[in-house]
Amino acid sequence: MSKKLVNAIADMKEEEALNLVKKMVEDGSEPTAILDAAREAMDIVGQRFEKGDYFLPELMLAGEMMAQITEMIRPELAKMPEVKRFGKVLIGTVEGDIHDIGKNIVTFMLDVNGFEVRDLGVDVPPQKFVEAIRKFKPQVVALSGFLTLAFDAMKETTAAIAEAGLRDDVHIMVGGGQVNDEISEYAGADAYGKDAMAGVSLAKKWTGAK
Amino acid sequence: MEKQLSPEEKQEALFQKWLSPKDPEGNDFKFQSPEAEKSYKERVTRIKDAIQMKKLPDRVPVVIFPSMWPATYDGITVEESMYDYDKIVTAFRKFILEFEPDTHMGAAQFGPGKFFEILDYKLYSWPGHGVKPEYSFQCNEGEYMRADEYDALIADPSGFFSNVYLPRVFGALEPWGMLPFLPGILEIYGVAFSFIPFGLPPVQSAYKALFEAGAEALKWAGAVGGLEAELVSLGYPQLLAGFTKAPFDVIGDTLRGTKGIMLDIYRRPDKLIEAMEALTPLMINMGVGAAQMNAKPIVFFPLHKGADGFLSDEQFEKFYWPTFRKVMMGLIDAGCVPFPALEGFWNTRLKVIQDVPKGTTVWMVDQSDIGKAKETLGKNACLLGNVSSSMLALSTPEEVREYSKKLIDTAGKNGGFILSNGAFFDHAKPENVKAMVDAAKE
Repeated sequence: MSKKLVNAIADMKEEEALNLVKKMVEDGSEPTAILDAAREAMDIVGQRFEKGDYFLPELMLAGEMMAQITEMIRPELAKMPEVKRFGKVLIGTVEGDIHDIGKNIVTFMLDVNGFEVRDLGVDVPPQKFVEAIRKFKPQVVALSGFLTLAFDAMKETTAAIAEAGLRDDVHIMVGGGQVNDEISEYAGADAYGKDAMAGVSLAKKWTGAK
Repeated sequence: MEKQLSPEEKQEALFQKWLSPKDPEGNDFKFQSPEAEKSYKERVTRIKDAIQMKKLPDRVPVVIFPSMWPATYDGITVEESMYDYDKIVTAFRKFILEFEPDTHMGAAQFGPGKFFEILDYKLYSWPGHGVKPEYSFQCNEGEYMRADEYDALIADPSGFFSNVYLPRVFGALEPWGMLPFLPGILEIYGVAFSFIPFGLPPVQSAYKALFEAGAEALKWAGAVGGLEAELVSLGYPQLLAGFTKAPFDVIGDTLRGTKGIMLDIYRRPDKLIEAMEALTPLMINMGVGAAQMNAKPIVFFPLHKGADGFLSDEQFEKFYWPTFRKVMMGLIDAGCVPFPALEGFWNTRLKVIQDVPKGTTVWMVDQSDIGKAKETLGKNACLLGNVSSSMLALSTPEEVREYSKKLIDTAGKNGGFILSNGAFFDHAKPENVKAMVDAAKE
């Protein structure tokens, strides 16, 4: 049944997937088995997104299915061991900018690719990034921005990270809207990611994840 | 019987009206000098020739379409530009007179902050209301229409806007949810019942706010519109008759939000398509009405959720393109010139969107491959762009000049090109903006 569940989620058959989970719960399946199947399906969704077969509708529906399934098995979840993660990524939309669609897609893709992601939300001041780096200790910091105001906000954020003496501890990537390689260099980041897949490959490269 | 004009003749007639503007009384518009009138006509003709693709313009036209940059260039904050109408008029006048672009889009983006306050507009945050004084307004996307409300929208889009959408998106109009069903006002029997809501205190206070907002809008429009007329009198035409949208973006940007519409593609695809069909004639009327009222042809389409990466090509062709094209064709049949802005990347869509009648549209190209765009869409349509925001903000004037020259030589080959920035910007080096303009004029 778990193979059927993997396929139902990966092929965007929402109703079928939720019915399967319901049945598995009723039949007394281990929550681990359900969650493993859901994770395997998310991997497939991520791969299809990377290949250019899947786009936003599929990512958003996959996210919705995952949330509903997690809700259905929540009572059992607390007992489960933490999954092993490749590395940590801190992400946020820079100060002054309140756009989040692009950032959320990158967060989703990093998550399905096995990263532990801490999302600081939108309009994040440089100091908040600095504090979060101290506490969360990420290897990668991802700065998102949609408007031209993000050019300077990104620069100020990397400067604040450097000033706090943390610049050598993290790799910084930038992306979104009007951002490109020229902005990455201007902001003092390490690289520009054109889309979510580029962001994932950068994070993998920097953390040595396979 | 009156002769039916062809779409081409209607378009020519609208261009002629733009070329020979009238004052509000219907008399010939008075320019400040014969030279100003000559420059005005040369500029409009240059744009017209680039769009119609029948003959080469005397040179490649050049335009600058900023977002909030004219405010920062003049040293005022975005907040001041949205609240102090005299200040934005001064700043925008300076921007046009110093850079002398062939046309502009007016100063309407500096929307009246006070007006938004009076109505408690929730779809946006603006300086002093959720963003800092020096930053641009930004959209607060949300699910302003619920998934189970498609049938209500489809049955009566206007009623849905007045009784459901507007009360949700303007705090002051919340009582509009109580408004009567207007097509129910049919006969003497019971007609007074329909008017009871207008006697209720909350509805009356909503109308009071509305009158106040209307007065503020009028004050603002007087300032911004007065400036537009002044710039015409000095020889600088304003490009746009108005705007409309692709039905997919009406639902995705305004009503359901990105997440909502993306899920609807799987959960209720038929309803989504039906709703877009229902909105299509309204979006056509919106554009055609603006063109007729303002006596000029060009109607802007800010496009958003059809860009590369949002949808697969198959989803684009099924959900985005059909009603978008229908709205464009409705406009073209009425003699209008659709002006869609391809924000971001649209490389994989070019082969689909090139299916438009030659010489009837103009497309703002942001970061799409301009060479590819010229070979596809550019065969039938005028392209406008694609000097990037990053280049205007960070490159040297020499680099901007060189890139602009390259664009003129390649994208401008055989006409059908207008040199411009590719996306609306708040930040730029003035010398880079100048270098772009000079590149076209040299």
